[in-house]
Amino acid sequence: MEDIKNISRRAFVFGSAAIAGGIAIGSYGDAAMAATAANGNPLAAGLGPNSVTFNPWVEISPDKITLIAQHADIGQGVGSAQPILIAEEMDLDPGQFEVRFAGPSPAYFNTGFANENAPFLAADHSPAAEAARADALEALRKSGLQMTGGSSTIPDTYEKLRIAGAVARETLKAAAAKRSGVALADISTQSGHVILPNGTKIPYVELAAEAARIAPVLDAKPRDPSKWRMVGKPMMRLDVRSKAMGELKFGIDRKMDGMMYAAVKLNPNKGQPLKSYDAGKAQSMPGVKKILKLKNGVAVIATNSWYAMKAVDAIQCVWAPSTYPAEQAGHWKVLEGSFKPQFLGKEWRKIGDVEAGLKQGTLVKAEYRAPYVGHQPLEPLNGLAIVSDSGMEIWVGHQSPQAVQSIAAAAVGLKPEQVTFHNQWSGGSFGHRLEFENVRVLAEIANQMRGTPIKLVFSREQDFLQDIPRQIAIARHRGSVDKGKIVAADLQLASTAPLKGLLERMGAPSKDPDPQLAAGLWNVYYDLPHFRATSYEAQGLSPSTTWRSVGASTAGFFTESFIDELIHAAGLDPLKARIAMCSVPTYRKVLETVAEMSNWNGPLGNGRGRGVAFVESFGTPTAEVVEVTMTDRGVRIDKVWVAVDVGKVVDPVNLESQVQGGVVWGLGHAMNCQLTYAKGAVQQTNYNHHEAMRIYQCPVIEIRALENDPKVRGIGEPPVPPAAPALANAIFAATGKRIREMPFNKFIDFV
Amino acid sequence: MIELTVNGVKRQVDVVPEMPLLWVLRDELGITSPKYGCGVAQCGACTVHIDGKAVRSCQSRIGEIAGKSVVTIEGLENRDQHPVLQAWIEHQVPQCGYCQTGQIMQAISLLERASKPTDELIDQVMSGNLCRCGTYPRIRAAIHAAAAKKMAEK
Repeated sequence: MEDIKNISRRAFVFGSAAIAGGIAIGSYGDAAMAATAANGNPLAAGLGPNSVTFNPWVEISPDKITLIAQHADIGQGVGSAQPILIAEEMDLDPGQFEVRFAGPSPAYFNTGFANENAPFLAADHSPAAEAARADALEALRKSGLQMTGGSSTIPDTYEKLRIAGAVARETLKAAAAKRSGVALADISTQSGHVILPNGTKIPYVELAAEAARIAPVLDAKPRDPSKWRMVGKPMMRLDVRSKAMGELKFGIDRKMDGMMYAAVKLNPNKGQPLKSYDAGKAQSMPGVKKILKLKNGVAVIATNSWYAMKAVDAIQCVWAPSTYPAEQAGHWKVLEGSFKPQFLGKEWRKIGDVEAGLKQGTLVKAEYRAPYVGHQPLEPLNGLAIVSDSGMEIWVGHQSPQAVQSIAAAAVGLKPEQVTFHNQWSGGSFGHRLEFENVRVLAEIANQMRGTPIKLVFSREQDFLQDIPRQIAIARHRGSVDKGKIVAADLQLASTAPLKGLLERMGAPSKDPDPQLAAGLWNVYYDLPHFRATSYEAQGLSPSTTWRSVGASTAGFFTESFIDELIHAAGLDPLKARIAMCSVPTYRKVLETVAEMSNWNGPLGNGRGRGVAFVESFGTPTAEVVEVTMTDRGVRIDKVWVAVDVGKVVDPVNLESQVQGGVVWGLGHAMNCQLTYAKGAVQQTNYNHHEAMRIYQCPVIEIRALENDPKVRGIGEPPVPPAAPALANAIFAATGKRIREMPFNKFIDFV
Repeated sequence: MIELTVNGVKRQVDVVPEMPLLWVLRDELGITSPKYGCGVAQCGACTVHIDGKAVRSCQSRIGEIAGKSVVTIEGLENRDQHPVLQAWIEHQVPQCGYCQTGQIMQAISLLERASKPTDELIDQVMSGNLCRCGTYPRIRAAIHAAAAKKMAEK
């Protein structure tokens, strides 16, 4: 397998020069099949007797059918959606198959990143844009990068998994034809069986051995959507029952015979080592077996997690200081000074003559701020691992299987292929499980405890302290309005670089401007005569990483707040003006839909207000209207309406859950959350200081999903970015007060 | 040795009396439905019933609950037909699912006190249970549905 360094660098090359020269491939599905042939089928190696695998996603043994989920389930439901796409084509019913998470393999490269990696707007379907996407796809295929993220699971798997299921189905039919002598055309499939014309039903598992001896039917075509039994219709997520019953095992629930428990205390000055420590008190505490020195901290090995956490708490550590400013004010100061040519990321887009446009009519200027924010999924970082002389085995929920291998291997002194990775159901991630703090220290601990299985659980406090946050950013936007119209918008932001940071920590540093700082900044679809979007990359600040919706979570707030200010200055209605200015017909329909849903009809009055925002992120256009009421206890959020266009809805029930969850995420953090540094460490170390939204603040959230986009789009992240600006715009409508900085509770109370 | 009843079975554990029930259940007894989320009663993921009341097991020292009866979701009576679990499944509440066992144990306790809770009461009683995925709209719907189911059974 390729080195992780090359994998990530090639997969994330942005800009036409780097991706020129690839081969255009007809469709993602074809690309995936080509990849199977090129990269081999990782299931072949572990296949038992009389078993068959048709491709990297389907395995049938004489006693069971196993469908492989290549994308990690971090709560977004893809542990269900992926096998359902296969089962649809295989004529399998829920309950007739097992689901297993994929191990690391280039066969599972993520085709879904192709759209985002090509330097074109999502709504651009020109031949040049499609050619660039084909090149990006080819680069991804070559890289073999397997990663969950960027709302890419459905775009990646929608075609290829249905093709994988169709290939399995047609090959099973061919095996049955060979066995029975019946013509293939007279054979059908239903509910896990091949059906012969005389009514004989042969279970798939009985055909495994014979199917293994014939060539797979690679030209099998997936069915017309009109024939679907499950996809697109309301369905029961496969994991709901076991989660409600408390039966599903998360990574943190794993056990092994002879296992010992570990807890850690790590340098809260992120990335810096331990200088010295005193474990005198911890040594004799109950349950303690061993105290270990790590590169960036200490670990206690004990007979259970609580003993380990208590003892590690009692260890006194002296830390090397941070390389970023120790105090939060210093972080803001660096950002303020980053709007300079030497920190230029990129001028992403330029229309007309911005400087001339800004001189026309009334000038509008505003500065916006977004703080560091934590991910803090409810399942803290954890992992189970055992290191022997020949290799390492690790059980951990993670979004980057190959990177887990390389990071763990590097920490232990092994080769990546000597690390066996077992992905786990995750209790949330929101981008947290793309980073490696737990993986690295677990490998270090297990290596010092060779032969003993080690289970590591981060305390919530350690999880907060080690959480690599969402980027921090300042925007300085200027615009002008004249004669009731927006003339110019000059959008500039300075930010830390989340995706570049992640790539660097994966061992693949990039010199390209961080493309995530363009998200929500350059992809503005309003017809403006003069427009410019520029990013600056602040240096020397806290590391930052991908946080649900990444760049658009901050830039979307800045852009759509500022557009609202310009619309107000022009004396226009916020929603009607957006509809009038929207230059993409399908996106305009999204805005019109949210107007219809919310029965938008101008100002509400009486202390009530509505705000709207529209952001396309990861290719999914999303419009939200938030309605608030001013009460004597503060702002109450009454209702949210959301319209999205995903091209094709795979599971309408889960889609609604993802949209509602995204809105709750976007609103809750905008209202209540920030991470601030003092003495090099974040000051918020549990949920009482970083609460986001609890049920008492949760509004009614009504959603509608459209299917007009020519491509199939993801839904995990796109509902997040419009939530904050729609809320800020609603508060302005209700109170006349513009809130230009998150979290909003610094400036206004919420009920 | 400290003795307690868990899901109707008498269990003995040899741990310090300060150890929270949560860790006794998870690490000593292998009962993993109560989840560790915050350790300071801020998230509710560890909620279990002690003598019939919803309690944060991360705050219940084992020494203080010796002899008491602890019920986790694994030990609910009539579990397969339980109206709250049924409502949770029918409404597909869980996303990542990590907080849901705690949510359910809290909701059962709520419905024992109020047979037909309003949204306001639901918000009040359920606000100690954090859900990072944002399943709150479905939690409300499931609690209303469970209340209706319980009424119908009576």
